[in-house]
Amino acid sequence: MKREEIFSFSAFELARKIREKQIRAQEAVEAVFQNIDEHESNIHAYISLDREAAMNEARHCDELVQKGGELPPLLGVPMAVKDNLLLKGRKATCGSRMLENYIPPFTATCVQKLQDAGAILIGKTNMDEFGMGISTEHSFFGPTRNPLDPARVPGGSSGGSAASVSGNMAFAALGTDTGGSVRQPAAYCGLVGLRPTYGTVSRHGLVAFASSMDIAGPLTRGTRDAAGICNIVTGADPKDQTSISGPKIDISSLEQATVKGMRIGIPRELSGESESRDGFSLAVSEEVKASLEDAVRILEEEGAQVEFFDMPILSYAVEMYYILSSAEASSNLSRFDGIRYGYRDPDAKDLASLYTGTRSTGFGLEVKRRILMGNYVLSTEHFDDCYRRAESARKKLCRSFDEAFSRYDVLLSPTAPQVAPLLGESGKDALQNYISDLFTVPASLAGIPAVSVPFGKTSLPVGLQFTGPRFGEQAILTAARFLEIHQEERKEKEAKGGTENA
Amino acid sequence: MHEFETVVGLEVHVELKTRSKIFCSCPTAFGGDPNAHICEVCAGLPGALPRLNKKVVEYAVRTALALNCEITEKTRFDRKNYFYPDLPKGYQISQLYAPVGRNGSMKIDPSSEKVIRIHELHMEDDAGKLIHDGERNLTRIDFSRCGVPLLEIVTEPDFRTADEVTAFLTTLRTMLKAIGVSDCKMQEGSLRADVNLSVRPVGEKKLGTRTEMKNLSSFRAVSKAIEYESLRQWNVLSEGGEVHQETRRWDEEKEASFSMRKKEEAAEYKYFPEPDLPVIYLPDDVVEAFRKTLPELPASKFQRYVEEWKIPAYDAGILTSEKALSDLFERTVEVCGDAKEASNWIMGELMKLLNENGILSEDLSIRGASLGEIICLIKDGRISRASGKEILKAALLENAIPEEYADEKGLWLITDRAELEEILKKVIEENPKAVGEYRDGKTKNFQFLLGQAMRATKGKADPGLLTEILRALLV
Repeated sequence: MKREEIFSFSAFELARKIREKQIRAQEAVEAVFQNIDEHESNIHAYISLDREAAMNEARHCDELVQKGGELPPLLGVPMAVKDNLLLKGRKATCGSRMLENYIPPFTATCVQKLQDAGAILIGKTNMDEFGMGISTEHSFFGPTRNPLDPARVPGGSSGGSAASVSGNMAFAALGTDTGGSVRQPAAYCGLVGLRPTYGTVSRHGLVAFASSMDIAGPLTRGTRDAAGICNIVTGADPKDQTSISGPKIDISSLEQATVKGMRIGIPRELSGESESRDGFSLAVSEEVKASLEDAVRILEEEGAQVEFFDMPILSYAVEMYYILSSAEASSNLSRFDGIRYGYRDPDAKDLASLYTGTRSTGFGLEVKRRILMGNYVLSTEHFDDCYRRAESARKKLCRSFDEAFSRYDVLLSPTAPQVAPLLGESGKDALQNYISDLFTVPASLAGIPAVSVPFGKTSLPVGLQFTGPRFGEQAILTAARFLEIHQEERKEKEAKGGTENA
Repeated sequence: MHEFETVVGLEVHVELKTRSKIFCSCPTAFGGDPNAHICEVCAGLPGALPRLNKKVVEYAVRTALALNCEITEKTRFDRKNYFYPDLPKGYQISQLYAPVGRNGSMKIDPSSEKVIRIHELHMEDDAGKLIHDGERNLTRIDFSRCGVPLLEIVTEPDFRTADEVTAFLTTLRTMLKAIGVSDCKMQEGSLRADVNLSVRPVGEKKLGTRTEMKNLSSFRAVSKAIEYESLRQWNVLSEGGEVHQETRRWDEEKEASFSMRKKEEAAEYKYFPEPDLPVIYLPDDVVEAFRKTLPELPASKFQRYVEEWKIPAYDAGILTSEKALSDLFERTVEVCGDAKEASNWIMGELMKLLNENGILSEDLSIRGASLGEIICLIKDGRISRASGKEILKAALLENAIPEEYADEKGLWLITDRAELEEILKKVIEENPKAVGEYRDGKTKNFQFLLGQAMRATKGKADPGLLTEILRALLV
């Protein structure tokens, strides 16, 4: 089968074709590595790849298919996982010099679940160091480029995962989302990115950034792949006492998703219509605004009730997020001290210089900035006016969401204020970068599910985000799937129109 | 010169004797090869998460209840952040904002009126151990102790003397052992006390500047350190100097304390709620269920011994100082029904045997019923008091069962009336002179005849019965 044809299948379609012996797993893996050979040196989606192991696994998958019997749902599907998700015996650098050669002795629960489902893990993807960044430019191993336009960033921090799928170098990938690190790269790379309800995916084996917000989530080419992978990786895990079981998503009902009668709220603060505050402005680009307007029109035409409403607390979400996530990060990254594993300053003379030398050199600029912020907000002097206030604001934010979901089934907003920027464009002004997280951090703070789905008529993709109440994955994926169907039909029409014109 | 008084508060660390660690399933066993008992969780590897051992919460609640604490309904953990090579996560998981117990109290010993208020009680994980190799200029790290569960008990500054402190620690240790949460072995570090101490002129209400003393590895060290530090501070003040708030290290060999770090150098711990662990919900019914699992506490035993069983306070104090002793005492009373006699035997003969054989009362191991049975046998005239002592020794050292041992060693007294009558008749027959004189009023010959009979039985006659029969025969 031709490479293009193989890549016309979604992850679960591919798995079905493999089970039905129409494609061999080895063909799929070979196709993926052919693309990697052609594009990876330019895109740099991966930090490490293991071709031989992948081929061996593929052979094993094909043998299983030959034997027949009950076969797991992702058997033979080549997938990528972000480098902060542990796979026993395979390097897990987290994009940091600190862990350049770190090989973990155990596998993350969510990665194990993918393996148990038959997925072939072909490599570990590039990321902003320890998940801190929005462009994958903050990786010790160099930036990743956006396969849709290599002059542009793929977003971050799961930029490598997004680029691997978008560049047909994997059929789907797992990323991790703390403040938007799955959803925003999905938006930039034209993918579906799902952040499940906090706790439904075990954090065991996810190298912590901000423990109260970290969660792994799928980056896929469609909503049904996202739903299917979500169903596989979720579930309570005794190794993570903050994990919980949620309801599984009914994927068959996504086939003909309808939004008739669905109540959809758009917070004005996340619509790009809100005024700037404190001298910082969040410029939402025209193409993003146009996509949102387009979506509203189509949703209303289908019979959804779309309504703008005020949720003023959202204006403080970025501050809450950076205070709380940096506080947790400063503590979570304390273990990287050069004593037991990882980078160690070779010139250290005593204990104090071992710590300072190791951490000054081992961490990149953005990580050090977050550690400093975290130490600041946790210091005795600032704990009450920073950490405590952010914590209580977070509770208020949760109550505001509860209230919003008493009136709306889902909320709609853009995923990011603009399309993927050019390399080097972001990162000049840290504060401006932080502000652009406004759309994604509210769901992170509230622990509620959110999905980014590509939608719009522009050449570079725009992501729209549906946010739901706790365990509201079904509702947000239904709304996302509706836009996806519409987008597919539109593309088909355009394609037909194109041939007619030709 | 003014009289001065010492004001002391304690921070006591108690190692809990759960089988596994507080946040993983590694064993808590003391000793073993360095780093033999570690996993990704207690070694703080990236991606590993703590999993709270429920037994630790149970032990903490039991202890808090035994210390009359209020139990926090929603208790949770906080991170205490600092860098040290023995701390692999870069933070300790402790409790600051919602400790499991608060506002408790305990008498320094059951017979005293002095009450020490407990400020709070919280759970935390222990750190590893640094082993310095001076010869090779190396420091090695053993992480096996990482994650061993600790309780920290913080008292109010209610102590005024070293004796009060050691009495309190003794009582605390007895209590912790009685409720089965810790072995409290100071030499193994399973009970450690830090001393917060200040001095002030008698009559002064305001507290002076305090220092915190660490590295106190025995009750004696605690006592010495308090005396030393009180004098040191008072001397400083007397000379017009100022006591600095600081942490000081007690040097046991030099019997002196040395400054470790000043307040300005004090670590900024950046406490915040531990996001990896859910809040622990302890509603009333759960707490009451824990309360029901508590055994009778030594203090209440003391009261019962003194009031119901009329045991002298001193004796009751000793009997309740070790669970092994009070267990034996109560079982003995149960078997023989005589508390006074049971107490006398334990306080006298048993203590003597323990001393002679170098056995600590905490290591006492004896079949519970043995002493009670011995007392019964003596009371029933079946063995002599001397044989009773011999049997107790064998019961203690060789696990002998009293009746079996008496059989084996032929310690039974002859209690058969006919047999004794037979023997006595023979004695009377063989000693007509003595009998005649006795009948003529020489009463002391009775003892002679009794002695002859006793010799004939090789001392195994029940003396009471023998006397009774002889008296009857001579009438």
